[in-house]
Amino acid sequence: MGISTFLTSPWPWYIAGPLIGLTVPVLLLVGNKSFGVSANLRHVCAMIPNKHPFFNYDWRKTGGWNLIFALGILLGGILGGVLLKNPEPLQLAASTQADLQELGIAHDGSLAPQSLFSLESLFSFKGFLVLLGGGFLVGFGARYAGGCTSGHAISGLANLQLPSLVAVIGFFAGGLAMTHLLFPLIFR
Amino acid sequence: MASQVNAPDCMENPTLGFQNRSLTLLRYFAYLASGIVFGFVAIRSEVISWYRIQEMFRFQSFHMYGVIGSAVLVAALSVWLIKKFKLSSLSGETISFETKAPTYIRYIVGGSLFGLGWALTGACPGPILALIGAGLPAFILVFLGAVLGTYFYGLIRNKLPH
Repeated sequence: MGISTFLTSPWPWYIAGPLIGLTVPVLLLVGNKSFGVSANLRHVCAMIPNKHPFFNYDWRKTGGWNLIFALGILLGGILGGVLLKNPEPLQLAASTQADLQELGIAHDGSLAPQSLFSLESLFSFKGFLVLLGGGFLVGFGARYAGGCTSGHAISGLANLQLPSLVAVIGFFAGGLAMTHLLFPLIFR
Repeated sequence: MASQVNAPDCMENPTLGFQNRSLTLLRYFAYLASGIVFGFVAIRSEVISWYRIQEMFRFQSFHMYGVIGSAVLVAALSVWLIKKFKLSSLSGETISFETKAPTYIRYIVGGSLFGLGWALTGACPGPILALIGAGLPAFILVFLGAVLGTYFYGLIRNKLPH
C-alpha cells in the first residue's frame, strides 16, 4: 500500500487507538496539560462578557492552550475529511445497516446520514430539534459530569479515577437508552 | 494553573525572556499539532461517524471498543511511566494529575445525559469540531447546542445535586 493510499484509507483500531492515547502524554509533557475537549465549551461561554461566577474567569490564561488544541482538531478534520478525503463509501456492519433501515435511516456511505445531517434537515423542524437538542445534551451532560469522552474515558481512566469509570458507565447507559429505547420513538 | 512563563526573568534578562517566548511559541505549536493529529486520526478511524457510533451501541462491531480500549491502555501506560520516573514537562514543572472529586450523582446523571446526546448526534465535543472541519456544516448547530447546554448548566448548577 502506498503512502497516499494509507493516508486516505480507513485506519484499523490498533493504529488509531494508540495514536489517540498518545495525546495524553504529549499534552502532559509539553505543558502539564490534561487532555479534555469539553472544557473548551465553557471557555467559549466565558468569552461572552458576563458576571456569572461559573464563566467569569480569564479564559485566555486558563483555556488558551486548549482552544489552540481545539482549533487543531478542526484543521485535522479539514485535512482528513476534505483534503485527504476517503474516496470509498464508509463500510458498516450488515446488521447495523438492517437495524437502521428499520428506523428509516439508510446507509448512504458517508460519515453521518444525509437524512439527518444535511443542510436541508437543518431547516426541518425535527432535524433542527435533533441537532440542537442533541448538542444541548452533550454540552449540559459533559459539564454536569465534569468531562466528556476525552476527559473521563481517556484521561480519567488512564489515571485510574473511579469517578471517571462511573461517568463512562453513565455515557454508555445514556447511549444505549437513546439507541434502543428512544430511537424507535424519534425515528419511526 | 499558574502561568509557566517566569515574568521577573523576562524583565531582568532579555536573553532569557527571548528563550521563554520561543518556548511558549513552541508549546503552542505543539498543542496545535497534537490537535491536528487527533482530528485527522478521528476522521481516518471513523470514530466520529454517526454510523460507527451506532455499530458500537448495538454491539455489532469491535472497532470502537478497540479504538477506545487501546487508547486508554496506551494513555494509562504513559501516565504510569510519567509517575514512575517523576518526569517534568518541557517548561520544567513537575507533571501533576487531577483527582476527580468522589461525588457520584454528577457522574451518573451528567454522564447519562451526555450519553443520550452522544448517541443522538453521533458526536462528542472533539468530533463535533472534526466533523465541521470535514465539511458537515450541520454540526455547527450541534456545536451551538453544546455551548447552550454548557451555559445552561452554569446557570442552574447550584440547584443541581452533585
